[in-house]
Amino acid sequence: MTDYTDTELMITRAAQELQNDDTTLVGVGIPNLACNLAKQTHAPDLEMVYESGTIDSNPSKLPLSIGDPVLATDAQSIVPMIQGFGYYLQAGRIDVGFLGGAQIDRYGNINSTVIGDYEDPKVRLPGSGGACEIASNTHRTIIITPHTQRRFPEEVDFVTSPGYIDGETTREELGLRGGPDAVITDKAVMRFDDDGEMFLDSVHPGVTEDAVQEATGWNLQFGSDVVKTEPPDEEEIDLIRNELDPDGVYTK
Amino acid sequence: MTKVTDMAEAVSSAIEDGQSIYLGGFTHLIPFAAGHEIIRQGYSDLTLVRATPDLIYDQMIAAGCASSVTFSWAGNPGVGSLRAFRRAIEDGVPTELDIDEYSHFGLVSRLAAGAQDLPFLPLRTFVGSDYPEHNDNIQFVENPFGDMPGEIPVVPPLNPDVAVVRGQRADTEGSAHLWGIVGEMVEAAFAADTVILSVEELVDTEVIRSDPNRTLIPQTVVDHVVEEPYGSHPSYAQGYYDRDNEAYLAWDRRTETHESTEEWLEEWVYGVDDRTEYLEKLEVERFLDLQPQTSYGTPVDMGEY
Repeated sequence: MTDYTDTELMITRAAQELQNDDTTLVGVGIPNLACNLAKQTHAPDLEMVYESGTIDSNPSKLPLSIGDPVLATDAQSIVPMIQGFGYYLQAGRIDVGFLGGAQIDRYGNINSTVIGDYEDPKVRLPGSGGACEIASNTHRTIIITPHTQRRFPEEVDFVTSPGYIDGETTREELGLRGGPDAVITDKAVMRFDDDGEMFLDSVHPGVTEDAVQEATGWNLQFGSDVVKTEPPDEEEIDLIRNELDPDGVYTK
Repeated sequence: MTKVTDMAEAVSSAIEDGQSIYLGGFTHLIPFAAGHEIIRQGYSDLTLVRATPDLIYDQMIAAGCASSVTFSWAGNPGVGSLRAFRRAIEDGVPTELDIDEYSHFGLVSRLAAGAQDLPFLPLRTFVGSDYPEHNDNIQFVENPFGDMPGEIPVVPPLNPDVAVVRGQRADTEGSAHLWGIVGEMVEAAFAADTVILSVEELVDTEVIRSDPNRTLIPQTVVDHVVEEPYGSHPSYAQGYYDRDNEAYLAWDRRTETHESTEEWLEEWVYGVDDRTEYLEKLEVERFLDLQPQTSYGTPVDMGEY
């Protein structure tokens, strides 16, 4: 069996969510590694778009931010943000978006704005960036985050990026496209039922279902057939460690 | 007619206390030299507009230049949070800071409305989020043409008093070539009342006219032109130099307290007269490390007709 870290498992698991003909809006860190891994394995035609307006980027090395010059050199096109967000994202041309956040609730609503009261915050977080429009306009979103009680509260302090709202109002009624498809943590993979409520789909090797419940701030639904998450294989680990992130910027 | 001047002169003639100003660039081409000059000239009560406040606004906030920030993502890109920005919001240090917050598309749409003199622009963002509840500039209007959707969020125009934008090269009248990531700079330049354009190099008008598709900022909107090589350091200029990532990491450490941040400002901003002195303080090795290999585009043939 191949040795791997939690982060490496999150990367390989996220990569598996991507299909060859997907266009994806990539964030830095784990999503970036996941997308590049997918591109080098099962999805060579994957088109990577970045918030900064680079279309079909082909980075020669790991970008350190979403505005890194390696995303511009050798891209298919570079557009102003108004076009990237308008002609591409808002028009429905992006299949998959990656999101993270400080808090995620049972309906996949995400907070990346403030902890505490908005007017008098305990902790001021960076805010939406493009997250709100990514959550609203891609055809599916994948949420990647560490799994702790604090990050999975019953209710988020602020909705930065809408998921399935309250489980009753539908996204379609609100004019929102897509919605959260998977939540990938360091303990498990969760998906969403027809009412938009999160359920446990698979647990990572060595993690118990109880441990997942304990790290979740509400009574988590369990899928009818909770399976073990597929661990990374040797080829994937080799690519991550030797090609994608040789300095261990995101995986150490 | 030439609009060429130096940064100190451009800043002092364009900016007044209490104005709203926009310093351009989405990670790329951030006008750090202009930001430092604004700090040196002791401006206060400014409303700072930018999608990503980045280190530039963290520095201006720590220096006490700002009373308000209009933004959409306030972090140290690829590193973490902006400590001075957070200190101002969470603890009122060194001054209280009002915030006017959007998503990226929300903010860019405001500038685009400003650039086109529109009363508002609609966008498919904010529905189902908590932003409309906390920001009166996000309103909903009825769709006059159908019910898919029945109503849609709109944002009003944003017209900064002054925009400072950078490009790689321009002629002396201020028509600029930009390549690489352009972010929301063009919208901001057309939206602002006064525009300072700073470039890596001044070139003949024939160079600009040889490739008109690349002229994203035309002289029509530009009031002052400043030639300032490395004027974006520690941000980058595509094809000229890379982002100085070490500086972004160091900023995180140097800003742990307000006092340590002031020490940095003392050394790197107040302690130098201008960008030339700032560059002389940086080690040569550092510049060499930031040099990219060349990767030229194939020239286009505009044809002679």
